[in-house]
Amino acid sequence: MASFSKEFSKGITISNPIFILALGLCPALAISYSLDNALGMSAAVIFVLLGSNIIISAARRIVPNIMRIPTFIVIIATFVTIVTLVFQAYVPNLYQSLGIFLPLIVVNCIILGRAEAFASKNPVISSIADALGIGLGFALALIVISLLREFLGTGGISISLFEQLFNAGSLSFTLPAFSEHPLAIFVLSPGAFLVIGLLMALFRWIGQKKND
Amino acid sequence: MTELISIFVGMALINNFILVKFLGLCPFFGVSKKLSSAVSMGAAVTFVMFIASTATWVITEYILIPFEVEFMKIVIYILVIASLVQIIELFVIRTNYALYNAFGIYLALITTNCAVMGITLLNAQQSYSFPESIVAALGAGIGFTLVLAIMSGIRERLEMSDSPKSMKGLPIAFITAMLLGLAFSGFGGMI
Repeated sequence: MASFSKEFSKGITISNPIFILALGLCPALAISYSLDNALGMSAAVIFVLLGSNIIISAARRIVPNIMRIPTFIVIIATFVTIVTLVFQAYVPNLYQSLGIFLPLIVVNCIILGRAEAFASKNPVISSIADALGIGLGFALALIVISLLREFLGTGGISISLFEQLFNAGSLSFTLPAFSEHPLAIFVLSPGAFLVIGLLMALFRWIGQKKND
Repeated sequence: MTELISIFVGMALINNFILVKFLGLCPFFGVSKKLSSAVSMGAAVTFVMFIASTATWVITEYILIPFEVEFMKIVIYILVIASLVQIIELFVIRTNYALYNAFGIYLALITTNCAVMGITLLNAQQSYSFPESIVAALGAGIGFTLVLAIMSGIRERLEMSDSPKSMKGLPIAFITAMLLGLAFSGFGGMI
């Protein structure tokens, strides 16, 4: 159990895929202009990562070494197809706004990276822990980025994802004075580079302070 | 003809793959430290995009659509791209070893590059005709190479500049990319 929590927590902190390892940046920058997108993308990535890690680690003794990468890619692509079809059926608005970044999870370096570096060498239980940890680390990073971008860019935060799924009320809040003149650059593409660059620098600065 | 030109300009400058669509960021930050390697990477990506768009267009038009299995396109496309890259690599090793030395390592990196997968998915999403998807692929590739080359020129100078300790490396590269993106958003009114 101790190793489970160790594998789980390393993904969130010391090997956070976005801020520390700088993997899977394309979706993190592209869709993080709203919190809805970030939540949907995180759910999709966690599902694919979990599914592919379980299957790959269960099949690790059967797959011949030279056929390893193609096998992994087909397994990952299958899970991505499942996610794409589910999103298209149940959350069509989200499916529209994620656009090609939903199918592009298949070439996300985080997922193939975990398959190759972890799941193909470790038993199923620790692969599940690894997938959940890395997936949550990705999700947290995405949520932080999208909160900053949506708040600064539109002057408020609104979540309509749960409304579509469970008929619950929508959550939203706006700062009245600020939302009339928001910093629109943050929802446009240059804003994504700015927010991630500054957050990365902040993470490093904290790390360096701890070392001193 | 004007349609094709507007697709080309749109892909290369206005909706630049790196700065606006955020596709292919790994090579953008990984390989953009030297001008020569940036241009080689860009050329390799453009070439693979061209070949991959051709192949996936034929497969979509004559296999996926007639048999109504378009939901399989993610699996099919990634397999087609991966095997094409392997074939190109083998072909280049056998025929022109000097070329392989220049482009070889970049070819291997391209298989899981989201820019290549992205252009094939975009072509399918927009249901472009054959000439349109070829022009889109070339435009995207040339825009990608252009931004990679500009960025490498800036980064060669950034190495020598005195940036704060925690901003060195990737963070300052992101801020530079933001300024580059702002400059490129000026192309927005062209069409």
